[in-house]
Amino acid sequence: MIGQIIFAILSILTFGYAAFQFNKIRQNILLGQEEKIEGDTSLRLKNMFLVAFGQQKMFKRFVPAIFHLFIYVAFLMTQIELIEILIDGFTGSHRFFASMLGGLYNFIINFIEVLSALAFVATFVFLARRNLLKLPRFHKAEMNGWPKLDGNLILYGEFLLLIGIFSMNGADMALQAKGETSYSLNLIISSNLGPAIFGGLDIHTLHIIEKFGWWLHILVVFGFINYLPKSKHLHIFFAFPNTYYSKLDSRGKMENMDSIMNEVKSMMDPEAAFDDSAEMEELPVFGSNDVTTLSWRNLLESYTCTECGRCTSVCPANMTGKKLSPRKVMMDIRDRAEEVGDKIRSGNPEYIRDDAKSENAVLSAENFDDGKSLFDYISKEEIHACTTCNACVEACPILINPMESILKLRRYELLTESAGPTEWLPMFNSIENNGAVWSMSESRDQWVNELNKEND
Amino acid sequence: MAEKINVKTMAEYAAEGTKPEILFWVGCAGSFDARAQKVTVAFTKILNQVGMNFAILGQEESCTGDPARRAGNEFVFQMTALQNIEVMNMYGVDKIVTTCPHCFNTLKNEYPDLGGNYEVIHHTQLLQELIDEGRIKMTEGGTFKGKKITYHDSCYLGRVNGVYEAPRKVLEELDTDLVELKRCRTNGLCCGAGGAQMFKEDEAGKKSINIERVEEALDTGSEIIAVNCPFCLTMMTDGVKAKEKQDSVMVYDLAELIINNQ
Repeated sequence: MIGQIIFAILSILTFGYAAFQFNKIRQNILLGQEEKIEGDTSLRLKNMFLVAFGQQKMFKRFVPAIFHLFIYVAFLMTQIELIEILIDGFTGSHRFFASMLGGLYNFIINFIEVLSALAFVATFVFLARRNLLKLPRFHKAEMNGWPKLDGNLILYGEFLLLIGIFSMNGADMALQAKGETSYSLNLIISSNLGPAIFGGLDIHTLHIIEKFGWWLHILVVFGFINYLPKSKHLHIFFAFPNTYYSKLDSRGKMENMDSIMNEVKSMMDPEAAFDDSAEMEELPVFGSNDVTTLSWRNLLESYTCTECGRCTSVCPANMTGKKLSPRKVMMDIRDRAEEVGDKIRSGNPEYIRDDAKSENAVLSAENFDDGKSLFDYISKEEIHACTTCNACVEACPILINPMESILKLRRYELLTESAGPTEWLPMFNSIENNGAVWSMSESRDQWVNELNKEND
Repeated sequence: MAEKINVKTMAEYAAEGTKPEILFWVGCAGSFDARAQKVTVAFTKILNQVGMNFAILGQEESCTGDPARRAGNEFVFQMTALQNIEVMNMYGVDKIVTTCPHCFNTLKNEYPDLGGNYEVIHHTQLLQELIDEGRIKMTEGGTFKGKKITYHDSCYLGRVNGVYEAPRKVLEELDTDLVELKRCRTNGLCCGAGGAQMFKEDEAGKKSINIERVEEALDTGSEIIAVNCPFCLTMMTDGVKAKEKQDSVMVYDLAELIINNQ
């Protein structure tokens, strides 16, 4: 009975705090600009099914994909067992479904056992890969500190979870061998391993080990639920919306800036000035300098990023020693979203923009100004180095597009700050004045003379 | 003496009250860069040989705006793009071929939002079509038979627009011994020129991107690096020079390979 009460209290605390944390993330993501989600819904669902659920893009790198698949499928299947754990926890029953489902139950638990064993191997491989193999993508500058610990913590947690599962099943099978259970299971691993390891123990100790395994399992799960919002492992949930909402347009298409297009149109043709779309109520935002000027989808991407570094490992700028790292850009956006979100929720009037300050003014996303921006996280040097080659976009297993955010920052720098690399100015001027990227004295079709010179 | 090749403009066709089969979009590099001009010339010769009715815009062509847009300067992009669209719509252009993957991408994917809707193909796609139709005659046992050639996928033809096969089919037709780069197709490595990098110095780093790519190409032991983009052409040629291999390794566009094979 006491166990049930403790379990109920822990569950309420766990889910309550998780709801609180996930709501903060929701608020942070909604700091971004609105963005219309258009296009074929069935295509979006297909993307989600293939890329998030089916892990299609992971298989570009086969070996890590296989190990990742073990952990992923084990995770999915364990959710079935979790239902039983929750019922057992609340009602005080033991293996609630065992007698009800019979042979099917035996099959499911066996399936989970096999996957857990595979996940155990994968966890070991991943820990070794992270810490022994020194894979460059796990050891870039942005991975120092918390990101590195985060990557390892979850793997330690995975170990604990598996120890929990196997000590519970093992102790149960040892008890079953002693005729102490109402059900009869035949488990591939625990029916052998359990009696072999725990067989010599008395029934009382076995019950304690079984309970220990059960509690360890559920406590790791409870911990995990509240660890997720602080961790890169959020991708296990966010990969689904992220792949669903990812752009369906061609990669080669940058978002058209309608406000600028209409202004240029009206410059070219006075009649177009009366286009309804040309009338703007407030000053348009040119590009992005902060999480409030990126779109909410870009912020969702930043929370979805699992910091695997596939983008950075294929970035031509990064591999030739430039500061740009697409992964760092995504991590910075998430960090900044956390900072802005926390500051706004603090309600501290200090963060109200100077021109909006008044006695009754309440801090909100609209009047927020802490004197910082994304450029305090991401340097101009980084964004200037992008060749827009789309390698990062291609590499991301869950359809994050770091390049889009990088180019939005460039737009802010060029259009709002009128800054940017000075070497670009002659190119802009030439396009404007001569219609070519270079200022040339000869005419555009003088190559035709070359053509016939050769022919003479 | 060969017959003089007459390159007509859209304006000339319009004056005659007719329209060509296709507009050849030459691009800034193809018009002004001495090396890329040779590609323009080679491609024009091919179009002429197969008897295709084509035109250029000539003086009425402007930069598509790709580098300005990717640098972040939407104003300059919109100005040049809207002007181009006005010109092309006036002539009723419906099909465009271009030797530059950046022009190709912008014309194909970005102009529709601005009111410019055209069927756009890259010259390697047209070359493949012409070969398939038997309109380009390849010399048996031509210049490149059995020669080791490697092919560099440009980002904007390959990864961005998914055109991987057409250029390779052209190389197959040349009877070359195609050696793939380690990073090819979707994993192709940029030459370093895209995103307006062509127009500025690199940020501080260990090496230039074109050197990284050329080293990979040299590792294949190829005599020729085939490209499909005037900017890749510059970057790869510079890289080969920096590695002092300009006497043994040549960088060519696919159109040049076809012309040189005859």
